[in-house]
Amino acid sequence: MTNDLAIEVTGLRKSYGKHAVLDGVDLAVERGSVYSLLGPNGAGKTTTVRILATLARADAGTARVAGSDIVADRAAVRRKISLTGQYTAVDAAQTGEENLRMMGRLAGLSRAEARQRSQALLDQFDLADSARKRAGSYSGGMRRRLDLAASLMGRPEVIFLDEPTTGLDLRSRQAMWQVITELAASGVTIFLTTQYLEEADQLASQVSVLDGGKIVADGTPSALKEQVGGQRLDLVLASEADYDEIGRRLGHRVARRDRASLTLGVATDGTGPEVRLLLDQVDPGRTAVRSFAVHAASLDDVFLALTGHSAAQPGSTDGLTNDSTDDPTNDSTSEEHAHV
Amino acid sequence: MSELTGPMIMTGRALRLNWRNIDALITALILPVMLMLMFVYLFGGAIHTGTAYVNYVVPGVLVLCAGFGSALTAVRVCTDMTDGIVDRFRSMNIGGVAFLTGHVVASVVRNTISTLLVFGVAYAIGFRPHAGASGWLVAGGALLAFILAISWLSAVIGLVCASPDAANGATFGVLFLPYISSGFVPIATMPTWLRGFARHQPSTPVIDSVRAHLMSLPAGHSTWIALAWCGGILVVSAAASAVLFQRRAARG
Repeated sequence: MTNDLAIEVTGLRKSYGKHAVLDGVDLAVERGSVYSLLGPNGAGKTTTVRILATLARADAGTARVAGSDIVADRAAVRRKISLTGQYTAVDAAQTGEENLRMMGRLAGLSRAEARQRSQALLDQFDLADSARKRAGSYSGGMRRRLDLAASLMGRPEVIFLDEPTTGLDLRSRQAMWQVITELAASGVTIFLTTQYLEEADQLASQVSVLDGGKIVADGTPSALKEQVGGQRLDLVLASEADYDEIGRRLGHRVARRDRASLTLGVATDGTGPEVRLLLDQVDPGRTAVRSFAVHAASLDDVFLALTGHSAAQPGSTDGLTNDSTDDPTNDSTSEEHAHV
Repeated sequence: MSELTGPMIMTGRALRLNWRNIDALITALILPVMLMLMFVYLFGGAIHTGTAYVNYVVPGVLVLCAGFGSALTAVRVCTDMTDGIVDRFRSMNIGGVAFLTGHVVASVVRNTISTLLVFGVAYAIGFRPHAGASGWLVAGGALLAFILAISWLSAVIGLVCASPDAANGATFGVLFLPYISSGFVPIATMPTWLRGFARHQPSTPVIDSVRAHLMSLPAGHSTWIALAWCGGILVVSAAASAVLFQRRAARG
């Protein structure tokens, strides 16, 4: 076992009934890094986190977290980790301060230590003004921050964040990113799941893409981008009719859609001949494409290329992801992601 | 962290949540008093028990109290279980015993307060027990045992139910049990087919024992039978809750 790894997972499997949620997951997370497990709803992210945080048992496979085996040495793992799930785990009827102190005491701090640390965290997370108010009166973003602060009371070595910004508005999300970035700078290991590619790109030094219970790719964000050609050709089209027509004709080759700006993005290597060829193919009459630009590929493009479907869900398209709601691979009503 | 710190902190939490939820607390305290007033003044005149009805009915109302309290306990446990907070507790190595002990102790405290309140109001409307110190002690002990048993049972109901609403509904059985007992009317006045059930269910021996000891009447074996029922419910509930907590929390 290498000491430089905070999390080491081999062959993790988990099924519910006949449905295999995790189908042999391997991953390794370096100590002190921010690692992101990226995937759509239903990919198995939460199951992975629950197993690693000792809340669920894997059917097969082994994992060590913070140096201890998650099954044989569960108590030791629990002393060194914290988990912030998708549903906030604070008492609405207790004040922010009371919530933090309680978690501190449960984590083994003395009364005095719990008071000190809760004060420090309330300051750090910009909650000092509301410390004496009941958590039930907090906004969604404040409650998430309080939740994260609560998980830090016991000074965990490894922090699991399961979709920490899902459901937050853009400003709260950015505040959360700020907090996570500061945390990362303090040297703890952060294991983050997200369905937002931009989030992984912003925060993580290492990304694994989970789809259908399997890791389909991993590496640094930039390495992953290079893996799919590295560039994206964005075409701004002249009319909605052109947008629809060309979008249909390109089908799966479209890496990015944005109806509002009539823009379609296509993966390319960025070389002159290929871009010229693409333009001719797309628009032989030379009337449909108003302008074009070549960009470095985003993780969105990577995701699409790797899994054949988009990562984002509609309703979360508030400028974070590039998909618009007309993307046929999105399913706004289903909890499960739309791949069958 | 010592073995006791966890349950103590969880108890403090549950008690604090008690006081913070004033509506539920007031309901839990006032309802039994209202019921007693209703029985004494509304039905009391028509029910003949060979003694002042208030002296007859108080033990039944006290046992009913525990039933009311149980609904809130089940709802609280179930709310926690369906919330993210239980995952947080588990990932901090807080076990089922500490978690449920908190809820059960809070439940016992709540019920003890409502019991005292009922006693006070009963005294004000003419309840005159004549028991010695030992009589009070046994009656109090039997009530406490019943409250404890019902609190654990409610915690288990809270663990089993899928939603707080379901938990609330499921405690209806516990709530209804004292009505078909010796609590409000003498069992001999019930239809024959109901008497067997009325005699052989947990609230009857508890009520009989409390009544006998408060009024200095012969208690027969009722105290022992009451303790056996309470002990049995307690052991089964505690064992079930340990298993169910692990199972329920490990889902997903």
